[in-house]
Amino acid sequence: MEGMYAFSVGLLTACGVFLTLRGRSFSVVVGLTLLSYAVNLFLFASGRLKLNAAAVLGESEHYGDPLPQALVLTAIVIGFAMTAFAVILAMRARADLGNDHVDGQIPQPKSSLSQKTGGAK
Amino acid sequence: MQHLSILPILIPLIFGAALLLPPLSKHINRQRIAAIIGLFLLLISAFYLLYQVQSEGVHLYALGEWQPPFGIVLVADPVSVLLVALTSFLAFSVMLYAMNGQDKNGAYFHPLFMFQVMGINGAFLTGDIFNLFVFFEVLLIASYALLIHGGGKQRTQATLHYVILNLVGSSLFLFGLGIIYGTLGTLNMADLAVKVGSLQAENATLAKTGALLLLVVFGLKAAMLPLHFWLPKTYSSASAPVAALFAIMTKVGIYSIFRVYTVIFGEHAGALANIATPWLWPLALLTIAIGAVGILASPGLKTLTANLVIVSSGSLLACAAINSETATSAALYYLVHSTLVSAGLFLLADIMARQRGQAEDRFVRSRPFVQPRILGILFSIAALSIIGMPPFSGFIGKVMILQATQSLAESLWLWPLILLGSLAALITFSRAGTTLFWRHNGNLSTESEAAKPLELAAVILLLLASPVLVIFAGDMTAYTQEAAHYLHDFQASAYNLLPGVSP
Repeated sequence: MEGMYAFSVGLLTACGVFLTLRGRSFSVVVGLTLLSYAVNLFLFASGRLKLNAAAVLGESEHYGDPLPQALVLTAIVIGFAMTAFAVILAMRARADLGNDHVDGQIPQPKSSLSQKTGGAK
Repeated sequence: MQHLSILPILIPLIFGAALLLPPLSKHINRQRIAAIIGLFLLLISAFYLLYQVQSEGVHLYALGEWQPPFGIVLVADPVSVLLVALTSFLAFSVMLYAMNGQDKNGAYFHPLFMFQVMGINGAFLTGDIFNLFVFFEVLLIASYALLIHGGGKQRTQATLHYVILNLVGSSLFLFGLGIIYGTLGTLNMADLAVKVGSLQAENATLAKTGALLLLVVFGLKAAMLPLHFWLPKTYSSASAPVAALFAIMTKVGIYSIFRVYTVIFGEHAGALANIATPWLWPLALLTIAIGAVGILASPGLKTLTANLVIVSSGSLLACAAINSETATSAALYYLVHSTLVSAGLFLLADIMARQRGQAEDRFVRSRPFVQPRILGILFSIAALSIIGMPPFSGFIGKVMILQATQSLAESLWLWPLILLGSLAALITFSRAGTTLFWRHNGNLSTESEAAKPLELAAVILLLLASPVLVIFAGDMTAYTQEAAHYLHDFQASAYNLLPGVSP
């Protein structure tokens, strides 16, 4: 179970980082969402993975650590609000700047640029 | 006053919420009056708290009576209280400036301002590292909205970068916290400091990873070298009151570095003792260097000020890397000085930009100022102070930092960099001042209007701090030394905050 869990968190993080490094704001927002999912799962695991362990004392033989669950709840709420904000901001940037690139302009490939200017600056 | 130490968080929260409600929300004048009253109350409570902590010692406030390390605590100690007082003073002066018209350019300026102040104060006061994350998010989400205040292409673009970077930073923060909780089993800072000493060897690498992830996050906030690229653009495109309030934001990162890497991962951390120092020292030096290059290359006064913020961040990080009582004391003095003067300079740059028409704050020949005398005097005070020339506070701050170096190698690295950084600032400010004030084209335009008295009063209030810090330098350094001693005294900053735990 631990290996599977760690693999999922790692995969989510890798996808999140990859998408965050893309140039278009849509994939960046999706990347941030994936990263926040990975973070939530990771925080949950910091209290150790246990089967049949309730977070309330007296409900089962073993008990789980309730604190990571509280932390994850906080992180989910904050992450959700931030994602909503990032989406609205990306739409505003699309309207203000005229394209959805995070730098506000679509980079020209170098070869076509040098053709247009004849190689001079 | 039992609840005094939570007031710096509660006052902005209550006023921020009230400003969103009907009797205040529709009328700009009522909002202004309510906001300034709220910040004045905050100022009084912050300075009263400062006085209380100095006379009665550290104040530990357990929320809901849950005793540490199980509940969330607020710790009003000499360091955090100094920064809360600084924030309150800064916020009051900046609001005094903003209520002259800058707050009309977008909606909800006053409530957002209040929530940001709440987040900053909370980050300084909290004694729990997860709570630190929560307050970081409070101040960040308010700052995202404030940054875009007023609108415009440039601002939208700068905000998009700032938001994405900080969201990634928040994810890293949570990863770091998860690792630290998983290995050490606690989130209370004092308890972490005690437990890290008895960490099992197999968990040491993991805990080190978590601790260094936190360094990345704090470095992002504090504009440490590879993570500083967002700063000049963000600060120079923000509207003036927002940029001035942001002067404290890098200091939140610096404060967290001091707190986490002096108390938790400091000398008593066993296998993890002083883990940040090998990273902090070279990065701090490089930050100063790149800031100095940025200063020389700045085309306008706002960008120049933003680069000066980077240099001051570098100097403070160098103090954190030296990691001695003298260095911490120097850093605290320099931090107060650099926050207030750079905030004043941001506001001054805005006044000057508005009187120069299309040239704005760029260093090019343009029309003369409407009020050259008062602006000239303020500009030279701000410049001398931030360069570090006597008789202003920058001089004392920089001398204290230079004196804090411990070995010859440290002096050989730090002295030239700080002095050359000051030289770069001196050159750029002389060039800027000459161009802005003397090389004008002579015809005074009728459309530029003089700055309002309250705006000038706000700038004077902020810049007055510089001579005041010199006149009361003795008291001030005595206080910062006491605060630094507290931070480095493990008994006081860890065990005394945990009732029932003794070494």
